[in-house]
Amino acid sequence: MLLIKNGRVLDPARQTDAALDLLLDGDKIAEIAPAGKISAPKNAELFDASGLIVAPGFIDLHAHLREPGQESSETIETGTRSAARGGFTAVCCMPNTRPVNDNASVTRFILDRAKSAAGVRVWPIGAASISSKGEAIAEIAAMKEAGIVAVSDDGKPIATAKLTRQVMDYCRSLDLPVIEHSEDVSLAAGAVMREGVTSTRLGLPGMPAAAESVCVARDVQLAELTGARLHVAHLSAKASLDQVRWAKSRGLRVTCEVTPHHFTLIDEDVQYDSRYKMNPPLASREDREALLAGLADGAVDVIATDHAPHEPALKDVEFDRAPFGILGFETALALSLEQLVHSGRLSLMRMVELFTTGPARVLGLDRKLAPGQPADLTIFSLTHPWTYNVNDSPSKSRNSPFDGRAFTGAPMATIVAGRIIYRRN
Amino acid sequence: MTPRFRDLLALEPLSAEELSFLLDQSKPFQVIQRHPLKKLATLRGKTVALAFFENSTRTRISFSAAASRLGADSMNLQAESSSVKKGESLLDTVHTLDAMKPDCLVMRHAASGAADFVARNLDIPVINAGDGTHEHPTQGLLDALTIRDRKGTIENLNVTILGDIQHSRVARSNIHLLAKFGCRITLCGPAMWVPKELEHIGPPGTSIRRASRIEDALDGADVIIVLRVQTERLHEPALPVDDYILLYQLHAARLRLAKKDAIVLHPGPMNRGVEISPEVADGPQSCVLEQVTNGIAVRMAILYQLIGAAAAEEGAQTAADSAHSSDEKAR
Amino acid sequence: MPIVEKAQLMSAAEIDRTLRRLAHEIVEKSGGTGNLALIGIRRRGVPLAQRIAKAMNAIDNVEVPVGILDITLYRDDLSKVAPQAVLQSSEIPFTVDDKDLVLVDDVLYTGRTIRAGINGLFDLGRPSRIRLCVLIDRGHREMPVEAQYIGRSVQTSDSEIIEVRLREIDNDERVVLVDRVAE
Repeated sequence: MLLIKNGRVLDPARQTDAALDLLLDGDKIAEIAPAGKISAPKNAELFDASGLIVAPGFIDLHAHLREPGQESSETIETGTRSAARGGFTAVCCMPNTRPVNDNASVTRFILDRAKSAAGVRVWPIGAASISSKGEAIAEIAAMKEAGIVAVSDDGKPIATAKLTRQVMDYCRSLDLPVIEHSEDVSLAAGAVMREGVTSTRLGLPGMPAAAESVCVARDVQLAELTGARLHVAHLSAKASLDQVRWAKSRGLRVTCEVTPHHFTLIDEDVQYDSRYKMNPPLASREDREALLAGLADGAVDVIATDHAPHEPALKDVEFDRAPFGILGFETALALSLEQLVHSGRLSLMRMVELFTTGPARVLGLDRKLAPGQPADLTIFSLTHPWTYNVNDSPSKSRNSPFDGRAFTGAPMATIVAGRIIYRRN
Repeated sequence: MTPRFRDLLALEPLSAEELSFLLDQSKPFQVIQRHPLKKLATLRGKTVALAFFENSTRTRISFSAAASRLGADSMNLQAESSSVKKGESLLDTVHTLDAMKPDCLVMRHAASGAADFVARNLDIPVINAGDGTHEHPTQGLLDALTIRDRKGTIENLNVTILGDIQHSRVARSNIHLLAKFGCRITLCGPAMWVPKELEHIGPPGTSIRRASRIEDALDGADVIIVLRVQTERLHEPALPVDDYILLYQLHAARLRLAKKDAIVLHPGPMNRGVEISPEVADGPQSCVLEQVTNGIAVRMAILYQLIGAAAAEEGAQTAADSAHSSDEKAR
Repeated sequence: MPIVEKAQLMSAAEIDRTLRRLAHEIVEKSGGTGNLALIGIRRRGVPLAQRIAKAMNAIDNVEVPVGILDITLYRDDLSKVAPQAVLQSSEIPFTVDDKDLVLVDDVLYTGRTIRAGINGLFDLGRPSRIRLCVLIDRGHREMPVEAQYIGRSVQTSDSEIIEVRLREIDNDERVVLVDRVAE
């Protein structure tokens, strides 16, 4: 048993913001009561959360753990240890491994590896098409039985409108969300960053914002046609968000996520440093403002990291040749506090929602702090001063543009199934 | 205090003062091009590594001549025969070159930012001899030197650049340099090659505009820079060459729209009859051969500045080290 | 280390008188001025050469051409020149082939500057003769170089510095001996 005392408990599901104590018993929440009202058994372990926020466990809807196949960049073990340090209690891992997670045996392999890893829940996402090649539908039902929570061909979009429509039809019947990496590959071909003054100045091939929004427009139409649950991954452009707003206004089951790097950085920050190279690329100043507005007003449902480790040898090349992607777990909360909460743009409750009930709803889960619920908690500080040193990360990769950045506020403890799997010293 | 340069990666970050200094410092080397004996011993014992990961006979020979006329030796990495073809990473290749202890690395590469990336990883001075579609700083300098010689100044001129601006590293270096001296720059070419973003690549207050008709672009021009239509590299998107000639070739009738004393530059090699007509290329307003001669002078000046500054730094370091050790002896 | 002025070696009038004497000596010993040319070494050799040429004109009514030589690129100490040296062009508006040249500089010290100057001249052609004229010879030679025409020879120590100040460059006109003194 674990008693968490003296914390400020935030639960977006019930809009609770109060001084409450929680008693965890085994992997479930046993009791929640006003501070000092729980009489815990003598042998109960005590966690003093004075001055800290106690929230439902954070869920990352979008991460790359690289196993199987690219273990020199990350493994399920190292990736989840990094996730635990970032306050995440559950991580959805994208299927673009080698081999691709397009069948139940790969799904089971991932879940098996996760059991012996850091203790963070690993929820695999299955490929929409075989090898994510966009030709034929993968064995989605078998993967669902093995444990996938969604489908995606992430890394690229589901290749054709026709296949997207078929996947959506099928997933509606299986009650799985379709997560789309929205990109018109012909508009984006050869591009290494967002098209704009900066790409023109640097002489780097750029993709226009429309490379994303054209695909979002297509998918939103297909979501209406099929009635499927569509979740737009790492949305970066204002025009894409406008499509999502339109879909929501029509009552379609369309959701979207935004990454911390897209609401923090812009294309002007790119200076031939491959740590600033990701896909979708850093967007314009106006796009970032639109994302911040969407995070505040509810158009955006989720903050997801798109944690994309690449070992140093892969990233330490010419900007053109470097692979897309950056680390995300350990800076996500601190960047969100910095950009959203400390800046006054969002309430703390809304930010917590974007990490907890937001992603849970996309997955069709009901997440709240109540007796009988899973004992997954993220405990964090709003004031803890620290500096991110990427060399301290348990991740195998070092590709973060935020190395050396000073932050105020950090995850202090990550609790999964009643067990403290990470605690900041 | 005179400016010091560690590397020469781009002209964009340099101030007007620094650019003027480099142009002024090229003058003595222009004079030397006219000496019967052009060879100096100034950089005797120094080695310049030339790493051209993309073919360019002209620029490579120009740098090689510049090094040789300063008394330096050069080592050549030929992209065709090199390990680059065998899949070695750029970093491994330049580290290998660096281990041969050159005093300076001159590099050309197809990737924008490649010189910047290498400079961050090497201690010796790096000179960018063209990186992708980013910059070609020595070309920008030699063009400015040529313009200054002919016009007496590089300030407040009307400069027109014709061609595929979007994919031209020469154009970017020209724009960044000339805009800092108050030149009004007009860009002209097929719309796909002249995106609107180009009007904003300079600092606030710089005058860069686009003209879609060549007649408008040439009206009142003091300087016309004609870019090469690349036949070996694909323009994106490609355009039928007959259309290009019809709309954008600089020929005598069009040249008459510019000021009477306008000059014509071309970074070479020229496609006669495509972007420039033979009569303009060989006419009295053409500066193409002066550009070539000035190229050696500019590159001599750059090598002298960079290797000299590195030697001075090393000298200061050695002095500091020996001062330090004598202090220790005194104790 | 602070620098103190120890002595004045020449006044303005003495500089003027010395240059006129040097002009006479050069004309006398040249066996005719027809082939003669002066080369001033940047920076202070330049006004000195121009003044000597003017004095020659007063003596013989001849126009002796004056060239300007920048020796920076011919120096043997690259690591010391780069930080402060701003390169300037040599301006020698005549061919040096078969010319009877007199190099003019303010102070002759180690001889390295003159070595560089001779190197520079040879890149321009093949003079028939090169002689050297200096306002001050302070000794301490490191090269086998001697001047044929000397304004004044001065015994100096290594720490001392001779400062030739000329109105064209320094807004002053005198030669002083200064010294670095230990604190």
